[in-house]
Amino acid sequence: MIGNSVPDQRGYYGPFGGRFIPEALVAAIEELTEFYEKAKVDPEFIAEYDELLRGYAGRPSLLYEAKRFSEHVGCRVLLKREDLNHTGAHKINNVLGQALLTKKMGKTRLIAETGAGQHGVATATAAALMGLECTVYMGEVDTDRQSLNVARMRLLGAEVVAVRAGSRTLKDAMNEAFRDWVSTVDYTHYCIGSVGGPHPFPMLVRDFNSVVGQEARQQCLDEFGALPDAVLACVGGGSNAIGIFAGFLNDEGVRLYGLEAAGDGAETDRTAATLTKGSVGVLHGSKSYVLQDEDGQTRESHSISAGLDYPGVGPEHSYLKDTGRATYLPVTDTEAMNAFSLLCRTEGIIPAIESSHALAGAVALAPELGPDATLLVNLSGRGDKDVATAGAWFDVIGVTRTT
Amino acid sequence: MSNARSLADVFAAARSEKRAALIGYLPAGFPNRAQSADAFRAVIDGGCDIVEVGMPYSDPVMDGPTVQAAADRALADGTKITDMLRIVEAASEHGGVPVVMTYWAPVTRYGVDAFARDLANAGGRGLITPDLIPDEADEWIAASTTHGLDRIFLVAPSSTPERLQMTVDSCSGFVYAASTMGVTGARAEIGQLAPRLVARTRECTDLPIGVGLGVRTPEHVREIASYADAVIVGSALVSAIDEGLEQASALVRSLREATGSA
Repeated sequence: MIGNSVPDQRGYYGPFGGRFIPEALVAAIEELTEFYEKAKVDPEFIAEYDELLRGYAGRPSLLYEAKRFSEHVGCRVLLKREDLNHTGAHKINNVLGQALLTKKMGKTRLIAETGAGQHGVATATAAALMGLECTVYMGEVDTDRQSLNVARMRLLGAEVVAVRAGSRTLKDAMNEAFRDWVSTVDYTHYCIGSVGGPHPFPMLVRDFNSVVGQEARQQCLDEFGALPDAVLACVGGGSNAIGIFAGFLNDEGVRLYGLEAAGDGAETDRTAATLTKGSVGVLHGSKSYVLQDEDGQTRESHSISAGLDYPGVGPEHSYLKDTGRATYLPVTDTEAMNAFSLLCRTEGIIPAIESSHALAGAVALAPELGPDATLLVNLSGRGDKDVATAGAWFDVIGVTRTT
Repeated sequence: MSNARSLADVFAAARSEKRAALIGYLPAGFPNRAQSADAFRAVIDGGCDIVEVGMPYSDPVMDGPTVQAAADRALADGTKITDMLRIVEAASEHGGVPVVMTYWAPVTRYGVDAFARDLANAGGRGLITPDLIPDEADEWIAASTTHGLDRIFLVAPSSTPERLQMTVDSCSGFVYAASTMGVTGARAEIGQLAPRLVARTRECTDLPIGVGLGVRTPEHVREIASYADAVIVGSALVSAIDEGLEQASALVRSLREATGSA
């Protein structure tokens, strides 16, 4: 019901969303809205998109029962394996859809912002596949901590621009991408990677990622004969969470949990837990919860996960929080890394640090939900890109020699 | 404030002198909090008809590198909305006609009606809103009406005829025409999009039209003054202030002299 009723025509999810953008971008945004509204009911577009998901991205992704992890957690944990998609995360679902739209609109260039680099890699991949030019903006701090993904993007033919303004992280990359877009909107599509930004982005990114939730719901029924008791996903901007939530919004018995990056703790200033600690404001084109000061200046966020290190959140999440349909909880860096380690050691799966926040949520919620509960966790990405960060955290980098 | 000149007064006076009005932009709190009011006094003394007091913001998607760097410095120096309002007051008391340019986040956080009330009390005449389009502006339209402030929305070369009409219908004071599809910043040439946009806008309204983005030299001013009612200078003024208040006044004087060739 919720999924079908929002957003309204003006892109509002209750009081959240909208379009707070320069007039120069309105024409492009309206063109995109029009194309998307037609495309999503066009059988040819849908068939082409579905074929890309199946034949290129590798969908459907597996639903996997993590039995050894479950033993440690204390209830049954199912993993939706988005880490097995081409390029290693759920990001490919959205990007293939937007790249296809870009072609249909007759534009020749994609730009994107990226934090951890997963969205940048996915965009560079789709651009290569469809013969589009590609520029990816990335905060300088993130280019340092995610150098592997910088190399991947460049190998795929994308230009990677290190943004040195502001806090030199994801929000600054997004500012820079908006600036590029204002100047090049005639031939460029800005492929936003999360469910933020001006309408229609929160809607279309949700729609393209809703395949995750639809698949997972059907797989739960087919393979386990029941829906899960709870669905858990990490939330930075919130695209993987909205994607999996979308499949279960109307199942009132299924609890939805978004796990935010609390960094050093939601009670500290070194946090990215926007829904836990933020207030309603405007950032990057929409009204939502934002980490901001008393003057509306965006506060710098902190998380060990570059992909969650963002002071805003998609407007639909703000709506789900305020309506009570979803619950958002903070997870610290330490809790996330402990869950990361636990999955590595029990299942032989190295998760993205982003996804580890959702795994930590399972660890934290299991005692409350009880041993009979089934938790569905969106394993939104794989951890190859995070090996250097995790290696440093656990102090396992380097070779131990014996004499 | 009863003797304060309104934006309409300024444009009427400039028109009677057969010239375009000169509008100068600086961020509040620049070059630092202590000297910001002096910087505005310098550009008022140099001959700016209207001063645009920018509220520095952490995520300015329409600003180029010069203005963003200046705003970052102002924020690093602790500039708050209350400082910005004090600078508006100082500019008004110095005989200037201040309008504020701000992204929407600081206004929503402060409270839309409270912001309008305090801006009007400080002597501000209106607000330029680079990321607030009329479609989202119901609350602002109500507050600005209540407190007697002008609403300056932007039109762009990409604006459709319908949007152009809708936007100017929501404007008062003047209309801000963005000269290029791009962010702020001094450019070598103004480009050909501005005259066409001004002509299209004129077909929709009798309000004065100001052209901004990329204005740097007296030649730019002369060119724009030949078809627009106001010339808006930002980044070039920011750079001049960095060289000293005298340099900024001198730049404004040279730009002001070029406004009369309409």
